[in-house]
Amino acid sequence: MEAKIINKQEIASLLDRLIKGYEVFAPVNKGDRICFERINSGSEAFLDYQNSRIPPKGLLLPQWEVLFSYHTTPGAVEIEEPPPPERRRLVFGIRPCDARSFTLLDKVFDGECPDPYYVNRRQGTVVVSLGCPKPRATCFCTSVNGGPFSTEGSDLLLVDIGDEYVIQVISDEGARLLEGSWLKDAGENKLALAAGAVRVAEASLEAGVATEGLKEKLDHSFNDPVWQQLTEKCLGCGVCTYLCPTCYCFDIVDEGAGSDGDRIRLWDSCQFPLFTLQASGVNPRPTVRERYRQRIMHKFSHFIDNYGEFGCVGCGRCVTECPVNLDIRQVLNAISQLEGVR
Amino acid sequence: MPELTSKVREIARNLLEEGRVKVVIGFERGTMPLRRTPCFVRQKGEVSRLIWDSFCENNLAKYLVGRAEPLAIVAKGCDVRSIVELIKENQLRREQVIIIGVPCQGMVDWRGVEAGIEGGEVREAEEKDGKLTLRGADFEKTLKRDDFLYPSCQTCTHRNPVIYDLLAGELVTEREADPYQDVAEFETWSGEERWGYFTLEFSECIRCYACRNACPLCYCQECFVDSTHPQWVGKTTNDSDTMAFHLTRAFHLAGRCVDCGACERACPVGVDIRKLNRKLVKDVKERFGYEAGLSLEQVAPLATFKPDDPEEFMVNP
Repeated sequence: MEAKIINKQEIASLLDRLIKGYEVFAPVNKGDRICFERINSGSEAFLDYQNSRIPPKGLLLPQWEVLFSYHTTPGAVEIEEPPPPERRRLVFGIRPCDARSFTLLDKVFDGECPDPYYVNRRQGTVVVSLGCPKPRATCFCTSVNGGPFSTEGSDLLLVDIGDEYVIQVISDEGARLLEGSWLKDAGENKLALAAGAVRVAEASLEAGVATEGLKEKLDHSFNDPVWQQLTEKCLGCGVCTYLCPTCYCFDIVDEGAGSDGDRIRLWDSCQFPLFTLQASGVNPRPTVRERYRQRIMHKFSHFIDNYGEFGCVGCGRCVTECPVNLDIRQVLNAISQLEGVR
Repeated sequence: MPELTSKVREIARNLLEEGRVKVVIGFERGTMPLRRTPCFVRQKGEVSRLIWDSFCENNLAKYLVGRAEPLAIVAKGCDVRSIVELIKENQLRREQVIIIGVPCQGMVDWRGVEAGIEGGEVREAEEKDGKLTLRGADFEKTLKRDDFLYPSCQTCTHRNPVIYDLLAGELVTEREADPYQDVAEFETWSGEERWGYFTLEFSECIRCYACRNACPLCYCQECFVDSTHPQWVGKTTNDSDTMAFHLTRAFHLAGRCVDCGACERACPVGVDIRKLNRKLVKDVKERFGYEAGLSLEQVAPLATFKPDDPEEFMVNP
């Protein structure tokens, strides 16, 4: 694999170069947390971080977007669609788990039924990932087929080797990004350092979470009383779903007054009480128990049925941000250890 | 606080042994060094799960509404004040709950502690004699617990449970200071400045409703934001709808909010939610001489009418 070398001091210059051709989104330090925002200068990027509070999925699936505006007059309706993005986007410095999440969202929004709003944003989005030399104790990417230096979903991958990054070129798109730049090829010794960093990081995640055989256990434990015990402290808020890089459920509403309005798509959450409330008044998921169970089953069973992969990248945001420390890892381990379940 | 932990466990064991309750709601160790998590103990053999220390930050009164079984709850000062309001609002019968009151020395802001470490991940934490010792892969740091209390705990004047059935621990001295100095400062701002402040704060809000769901006094079966017919508030994060959500929720809590801080702690993006609530708490105190959660006998001012209620907005415009 082709690889270049860059000094950390040069990253800002590289970003300035990229900003000329792309809308560049990078981690930005907001004081008490990191967020992905559009940057206008390379010096705004902040790479000395663990992970962003909000995942970068909003770049592909915004929290809310206007699908079209309508204006009605007697006998006629005018529809106005928002213009497609002008420039290509570049997401810089996201973690391999978040880069992988893009490939999982692609299965949903760019598979059998391409979603034009998602596809317009996704097409031409270039991804430069920042590998994780020091995964957090709450990370479990390797338990869901990811890894701290996974290349899935990335065009370039930065491997931290101290004062420098080795830039692994993953795709043709990535190679094109660096064409004509000042960057030199990474030498053997640098590549060896990079390989060492990858080994150390992967070893730190060995403990992991029990996902082997999990789907089968889930499929046969729907009525198990363990769910009541596991979910009793759940508040039923939407933090886990909104902060999840692979949660994608959405609602569509019309907001308007009289003859004018917008049709809007916005994030929804299976944890909210309205999610399965039917017009009849019946709700098949009336309490947090049913709703939380559904979240786990969607990510670790149904997503596999539909798309052949876990619907989770092991980023650990739901673990650290749940207000009551309802830990998905404990839930997965508990289900995996259920006895008497086929 | 090992002595508080032992006392809580002893009380819980006795209650379960005597069959006086079906469940004890308390805290146990979480899955990260600085986190504790709500737990529901039903067997006397499990009381060793219960723990009490400076990280028991959730308001457990949240878990009381809608339970039919006799229960006990390990409750600190603010949790007990929420329980008082829930009883007055007929969401809970006094006889149904055995309050294991814990005099509170304030809860530590785990996010503040992590920021105070400045990089590096806490892998082990120990609390002893007012100090927090934090260890990571390549560091060890000791911090003073009192430097990292939640804002709500820094100004709390009701650290002792106002009612209880059993007390786990010695009563602590209450603060004499005025807890509303920051609100008084805020009151000197112009309307534009206040609007600007809240617009900025709420621009971060992601409408996850963690604040609402963490609040024990938000127990409506259908919250106004979940109404679709009519749709009172839009569901997007645009400035207008988000402001409407927070303003309306604050008004729904006026005279009921006990300023426990659960909303602020639950927020994943650090919105200053309490500012609005505290302004209303101060207004209610000044106008009606009432503070929520202190007395089972006092009726909440917005649930009653007295002839001497201030009416200057009508009578002397």
